[in-house]
Amino acid sequence: MSQIWLVPAFPLLGFLLNGFFGKRFGTRFVSFVGPLAIALSFAQSLVLFFQMLEAEGNILKEHLYTWIASGNFEVGINFQVDQLSALYLLVITGVGFLIHVYSVGYMDGESGYYRFFAYLNLFVFFMLILVLGDSFLLMFVGWEGVGLCSYLLIGYYFEKESAAEAAKKAFLFNRIGDFGVLSAVLLIFLSFGSIEFATVNAEAATRLEFGGTLVTAITLLLFLGATGKSAQIPLFVWLPDAMEGPTPVSALIHAATMVTAGLYMVARLSHLFVLAPFTMNVIAVIGAATALLAATIAITQTDIKRVLAYSTVSQLGYMFLAMGVGAFGAGVFHVMTHAFFKALLFLGSGSVILAIHHEQDMRKMGALKNKLPITYITMLLGTFAISGIPFFSGFFSKDEILWKAFSSPLGSPWLWGVGFLTAGLTAFYMFRMIYLTFHGNSRLDAHTAEHVHESPFTITVPLMILAVLAVTGGFFGVPHVFNLIPNGMENYFHGFFAEIPSGHGAVSTEWTLMAFSVGFALLAWFVASRLYHSGFELAAGFRRKWEWAYQLSLNKWYIDELYNTIIIQPGRLISTYLLWRLFDQNVIDRAVNTTGTVARTIGNTIRPFQNGLIQNYALVFTLGTFLILWYVM
Amino acid sequence: MIPIEHILLLSAVLFTLGVLGVMLRRNVIIIFMSIELMLNAVNLSFVTFARSMDSMTGVIFIFFIIVVAAAEAVVGLSIILSIFRTRKTLNIDEFNILKW
Repeated sequence: MSQIWLVPAFPLLGFLLNGFFGKRFGTRFVSFVGPLAIALSFAQSLVLFFQMLEAEGNILKEHLYTWIASGNFEVGINFQVDQLSALYLLVITGVGFLIHVYSVGYMDGESGYYRFFAYLNLFVFFMLILVLGDSFLLMFVGWEGVGLCSYLLIGYYFEKESAAEAAKKAFLFNRIGDFGVLSAVLLIFLSFGSIEFATVNAEAATRLEFGGTLVTAITLLLFLGATGKSAQIPLFVWLPDAMEGPTPVSALIHAATMVTAGLYMVARLSHLFVLAPFTMNVIAVIGAATALLAATIAITQTDIKRVLAYSTVSQLGYMFLAMGVGAFGAGVFHVMTHAFFKALLFLGSGSVILAIHHEQDMRKMGALKNKLPITYITMLLGTFAISGIPFFSGFFSKDEILWKAFSSPLGSPWLWGVGFLTAGLTAFYMFRMIYLTFHGNSRLDAHTAEHVHESPFTITVPLMILAVLAVTGGFFGVPHVFNLIPNGMENYFHGFFAEIPSGHGAVSTEWTLMAFSVGFALLAWFVASRLYHSGFELAAGFRRKWEWAYQLSLNKWYIDELYNTIIIQPGRLISTYLLWRLFDQNVIDRAVNTTGTVARTIGNTIRPFQNGLIQNYALVFTLGTFLILWYVM
Repeated sequence: MIPIEHILLLSAVLFTLGVLGVMLRRNVIIIFMSIELMLNAVNLSFVTFARSMDSMTGVIFIFFIIVVAAAEAVVGLSIILSIFRTRKTLNIDEFNILKW
């Protein structure tokens, strides 16, 4: 037996121990149990990974318990490990472990320390259920569970109003997506009679017509769910607000793992999605649009975590762009590399924030390079990776996506163009962040500046490990064009995803495009260094010139305001005047009050009969007796 | 031998007197006595029928009624006593607080 159940069991045990006894046993116990649970889980995931590689058909299955059995419909608690879930397992538990260790240092001295680790363990548990489940229902359990943990962790500082609001916002936006997933699962059940991934993937082509309405509806609804979880247009606005949570949470949930659940679902059902070219086009266009939109917002944000949050939204858009053009492997590859470098960048930003006493505004940083050398170097490596500087991990995955967007039959030069533009913007805002934070003149106030020191080793060691991964992670999937080593990613996923007709395009075109995007990224780096390295006159001049564009970007394209106007305000008006004043008060309240009035009137009418005079009762009693006697005789 | 109709008539008259006493008198003790009168009027009917039908069933009923009446007298008189202690009156029209 492969003992898959052990993988989620360790974090669950950690959650129970920390949640129920953490307060009593103190922080040492909690900081031991929390990371250990994930470490054990990681070890088991590694074992499973190698077992899976050798297993027949590259799949391990385990039946734990029959959950629902009704007629010939059966849902079990079944776990499966295949290429996709094994990769996710390693990322979740591996990056998760590093972030747990980091949290020991980062959360030191916070109130509710045990609560934090309990939630974090619970999150990992649900995330593992999500990727291990072999049916929609079990995936949905994990899907909802991670949403819950995300809510709890965003609202970790629940006494702060903005945090509570952000948690609510995240939850509500996710609910809209969940509605899509549930409807899609119902449609799948109606058309397949089964909700197991294996059945759906295997029978999709025979049961559903290519490009038909049904399959388009199912995939669009699933994609709606994915936009909620993975923060795409139109449901992306919750993710930047989710930065109200502690930084490790942003790194683990809102960058590395949970937000890639939507991508996981699309990749898992690749055989279903390729049947709906319309949906694929929608995914590609939405992905590209989200990537560009978020990148344009990120270039003017001043909060270091918000820059990274919009960068996450943008990179998720990239991944969806890859899915939409049928490059599922490339998308999942980018999920992996992104998990490394984005977790690294978030943790690095957390290290900065911790060093300067919870200041997140980059305008008040600067010149931290020498004070925080480890943080600086690791974050710089992460920035190289995300910007697509050659031979860092992001370069390979991003180039793969851009090339597929250009060459795939589902792609187009337009999609490539948007991706290309986004790549440049990405390099620009990332280097802007680096320059504002670590270079130039110090803008810290004198008191804080004196006390800046490098973070403890529980923080720097995870940073260094992630930096190594962010630098080297790309070599798992070196594109063919380099002819150096075989494309590991492609071999790994061989035959797993649905095949689409291979793209056209010459090797020389690929080289040219790659040179373009690298050149553009380097140019953006240069521009950022000119604008932000020291003195901001140039940047201020640009700002004055394009004030309207600056405001548009700074205010996030006014999307929150737009949603407020077209959804929240009408909703409030309808609730107030239609539902409350009209329906609640006039129908429900009135029905209840009328019932009361009727009862009271009847009571008032017959009350005088009970006047307390016993002889009256005797008289009535006697008359009654006579009446009955008279009637009987 | 007295005809059975006469005895039954006497029983009816006694019962009616009891009913009227319960309904018309104001003194609780008198009302209580009237209730006893009704019980005994019934007893009289029972014993009459027992005799005329030559059956013991009616007599057994009488024993039960007497036992119940004794118990009732104990409870009833104690209630009357405690009511009198608190309200210093035996006029039943005053005992009208148990209403609405």
